[in-house]
Order: sequence, then structure tokens, then C-alpha cells
Amino acid sequence: MDSEKIKIGWFSFSCCEDNTVVFTELMNDHWREWKKIFDFRHARVLKSKNILDELDVAFIEGAIASDEHAEKLREIRGKSKKLVAVGACAVVGMPAGQRNYFSEEQNKEIEFLIARFSALPKVMKVSDVVKVDAEIPGCPMEPDKFLSAVNGLVAELRPSLIQV
Amino acid sequence: MHTFDLTMDRMTKVEGSAGLEVRVKDGKVEYVKFKITEYKRFFTKALEGKPLITLPQLLSRICGTCSNAHILASIEACEHALDIEPTPQTKILRDLTMDGLNIRDHALHLYLFSMPDIVGKDAFLDFDENDPWQHQMLHDGFEIKAAGNFLATLVAGRSVHALYPVVGGFTHFPDEKGIEEAIAKLKAAKPAVLRLIPVFKDCTFSFDRKTNFMALVPKDKYGFIDGCITTGTGECIKEEDYRSHLEHVVLPYSQASAYKHEHGSYMVGALARLNLAKHMLHPETIKTLGTTLDMFPSTDIFRSNLAQAVEILHCLDHAVEVLETYKFKPEAVIKKSPREAVGVGVVEAPRGTLYHMYKVGSDGVVKQGEVIVPTGQNQINIEEDIATLVENLLQTTTDKDQIQFEIEKLIRAYDPCMSCAAHFLKIKWKGV
Repeated sequence: MDSEKIKIGWFSFSCCEDNTVVFTELMNDHWREWKKIFDFRHARVLKSKNILDELDVAFIEGAIASDEHAEKLREIRGKSKKLVAVGACAVVGMPAGQRNYFSEEQNKEIEFLIARFSALPKVMKVSDVVKVDAEIPGCPMEPDKFLSAVNGLVAELRPSLIQV
Repeated sequence: MHTFDLTMDRMTKVEGSAGLEVRVKDGKVEYVKFKITEYKRFFTKALEGKPLITLPQLLSRICGTCSNAHILASIEACEHALDIEPTPQTKILRDLTMDGLNIRDHALHLYLFSMPDIVGKDAFLDFDENDPWQHQMLHDGFEIKAAGNFLATLVAGRSVHALYPVVGGFTHFPDEKGIEEAIAKLKAAKPAVLRLIPVFKDCTFSFDRKTNFMALVPKDKYGFIDGCITTGTGECIKEEDYRSHLEHVVLPYSQASAYKHEHGSYMVGALARLNLAKHMLHPETIKTLGTTLDMFPSTDIFRSNLAQAVEILHCLDHAVEVLETYKFKPEAVIKKSPREAVGVGVVEAPRGTLYHMYKVGSDGVVKQGEVIVPTGQNQINIEEDIATLVENLLQTTTDKDQIQFEIEKLIRAYDPCMSCAAHFLKIKWKGV
């Protein structure tokens, strides 16, 4: 059990997916080691057959813009031992949530779109919806902070894999 | 005859979040809807009332992977509005920024998104390390991406939401040590690029049909920032005419109903660029590729993958030449007082022609803006092609999984960017 690969999920909500790009760039240097220790169960950027069952770590990028998003996020939380918010949109809700700060006039011009897409009245950050175990700030996320968070999680969840 | 609905909620291995709906009645495709499955973030509304010079960093956040192309299109639009002419060195640094972007972005698409379909694997990381060729591809893919990432970081500060390029110039310049390291990494990645090109040259995937191609083509050498917009039929829309072209051709087209547009379909992207300008590629690239370039012009959308691989080689050859010969010097950023104006910026983003247009007042505050992304322009072609593909497939199969896989393969060849398109794709409704 202890040597089993760490089950990873990567999920994108409302954002520009810049953290996904940073993640795939970090992979340039770390893919050999990550291939050995991570089981990427759910990562749409990497694969088609994605499974959402039990995850060790769920990485969440993007802000929460609809009830559907919030529901999905709660489902992920329920199935994940650790949940990490990555990047500014997930951590502080911006800039994806810039409409939260629109003027009355601007709001009038977009309200039909908010209604049509059943979007939430206010865009939320991840911690507004579920408990967050760690946050990696930055727009995009800061690569070094992401790596140290990942190393910390490996040490906590599967200390035996650190030697790999 | 076959009658069914096919719905794909969220496609995989594309940039951002795309969905698709296809309705087939009596063996004929009734409609295809390439869908937004992402929530609007209202960038073109948010830019109103902001100081003009803040737009490049704000609009960069439309899309992570295309961010540096948005920054350069935005800077160009701001400079046109402010009447700023960038220095020759600034232009060179911007070309290098585009080289870095294309190398890493095309490599992401070709290795992580497209190559698994060729090898018959679900994911690039599933490639078998005991198979010498698959093992090689794994190493190659990450090596090329890393070289492009290094170049972008050296020149622009970051490969995502670049920090150094600003309106009027650059705030930081590449140092000797970084330049040497970039040259070494790019040269080391070249054999990998030469292994990549035959993979897509020999790939038998094919979907051929007639369409028009449009791209921003420079005057004398292959590039992504300057030139005139052309469709290869002799016309040349110059910088001063960008606005009328955007308002009279691109906007009506990208907002047209898919089957009622007036100007005929067109597509943008690496295939369009190669079709229109292959003779301007870097001399070293042309020499290396020889007869491979005879495959262009092509109307087969899967040749877009080969076109991207060719562009990786071009960007690598171009970047190495510039880094080996040009001496960079610190320069002050050009600043000018605001004036009432309209500025249009046009660049070739990795996925095709990208337009930014801003109307700004004499106080330097933006009144209104417009952004037209490549995927918005390709949408009509994508939907038309899927309809034809599905009808062709129905001659020999009714297996929905098979049809779905073939559709995804075709869409991946277009390399759509939904993070960009989420905000600009036209919306279609059931029953409309």
C-alpha cells in the first residue's frame, strides 16, 4: 500500500489554464520521476480515459462560476485526501471573477449572459466552496512553490516513494 | 437509416474546455455544434475604462498557452493607437518571443495531444519506455518543449504571461550566459525535431476538402508579427487597412451563421501559413527539409500537424541564427502621450491570426475593445468538416465510439484553443 503510486487529479474551472501550461512545462524536467510516483487518474490535458474515484491529491485551478462547478468541486473534495488550489483564480477568485467588481452599468450589459448560462451572481474562489489543504498562489502559479508543495505531499502520503 | 444524437460534454487533449453536439437524421447530419463549455470571464467588457497601457497584461489572461501571443497583439494595438514605432531590437526580441512560444506550444500539441492517436495510446505518458522509439519520443517531446520554454523565459521573462515585453519596448534584455545556454539547448533539440517531422509526414490520417486559407504574411522572411494579411489570391491587406479588414471581413465571418456566410470558408493556423509562405522559411529549414515541403500547399487538415512540426524547425533555426549573431543592448522604453485613436494589432498566434482592436480617448482610457481569436475564425470550418466526416463514416460504421474518436482526432488537428474561444465563439441554440 505504502509503495502504491499517488493518485493525482488535475481539474480546471473558470480560468485561462495557465497553471496547466506551467504544470506541463514542469513536466519537462520532472516527467521521469512523476511517471514513477504518480498515477494521473484524471487530467483532461493529458488523457481521454479519466477516472474520478479515490484520489490522493486533487489540484484545482480556476474560479467557481456556477452551481454545476460548485457541485463538481464538492464531489472532487469528497473523493480526495488532499485538495490543493493552484493559481490566482482558484486561490483568490481573480481575474476570472472580475465581473464581481463591474459597475452597475457594466453589470446591466452582461446580466442576460449570466442568466442564460445559469452562472452564479458572484464568482467564488475555491475555499469559498470546500476546505482547501494547500494553496499555490501566482498568476500563473509559482513553479517553485508548486514543486515544494508536491514534495511535501509525497513525504506525507508516501514517504517510501521519496527515494525513487 | 441512422438517426441519433451524439454529445461530447468535454473533449480531452485540447486547450481548454470544448464540447460537441451532432444530430444525425436518416443518415444525414442535421447539425453540428462546436460548443463552449466554459464560463465567460468578460475580458472585452472588463477592459472598458482601463488605462490603455494596462491591457497587454490584462488580456494575456484570456489564455494561458497563447498568452504571449495576446501580449504581443495587444502591445501592437496599443502602439498603433499611440503612434509608437518599435526599435529594430524590440522587433527582434518580439520575433524571438514568438519562436519560443511556437516551439513549446506546437510541441505540446504534437506530442501530448496528437501523437497518442498515432501510437494508439490514451496518453503520451503511457508510451512504453521499453520500446526504443516510444522511449525516444518521450525524451524528444520534453526536450523540445524545454528548449522553447527556456528561450521564452530568457527573452520574455516567462513562457506564460510574459513580463518583459511592454508597450514601447522591453524592460529586460538577454544576457551572454543565457544566450549561450539557449543556443546549446536549441541545437541539442534539433535532432529531436528532425525525428518528429517524419512522424507527421508519414502519418496516414487524412481529411481533405476545399477551403481558403488566410494568414499574416511578412514581406521577405517567415514570421508571426509583421506583414500583410493575405489569402494567396494576390491581395495584400496592409497594416493601415487592418481595421477595415477586421470590421468588414473577419468580424462578419466570425459572427456568421455557419452555413450562410458570404465570403466562403477560410481557415487560419500553421497550415495556412505554410501554404501561403513556405518559400520564406529560414534557408537552413528549407535546406534541411528538401522535398518534404512539396507537401504544401495542402487542403488536408491533418497536414496542419506537419506544418506545426516544420514551424518548430523554422523557429529553432531562426532563433539560433539571431542569438549567435545579434548583440543586444539595453534600450529605454519608448513612451508617448495618449491621443484619441483606434489601434489594431494583428499577429500570427500559434493557432492562427489574432486581432486586438481598442478605441481609446485622449485621456488614455479605453472606451471599447474587440478581440478576435483563431479558433473563432476556424469554427465554421470545424463544424462543416465534422458534418462531412460523420456522413462519410456512416457509410461504413455505426459504432458511436469509433465516430467519436474520429471526430476528436479531426478537432485535435485544428488544435483549437477553447480558453481563447470561450469568450468569442458564437453561440448556437438547440432548434435554431
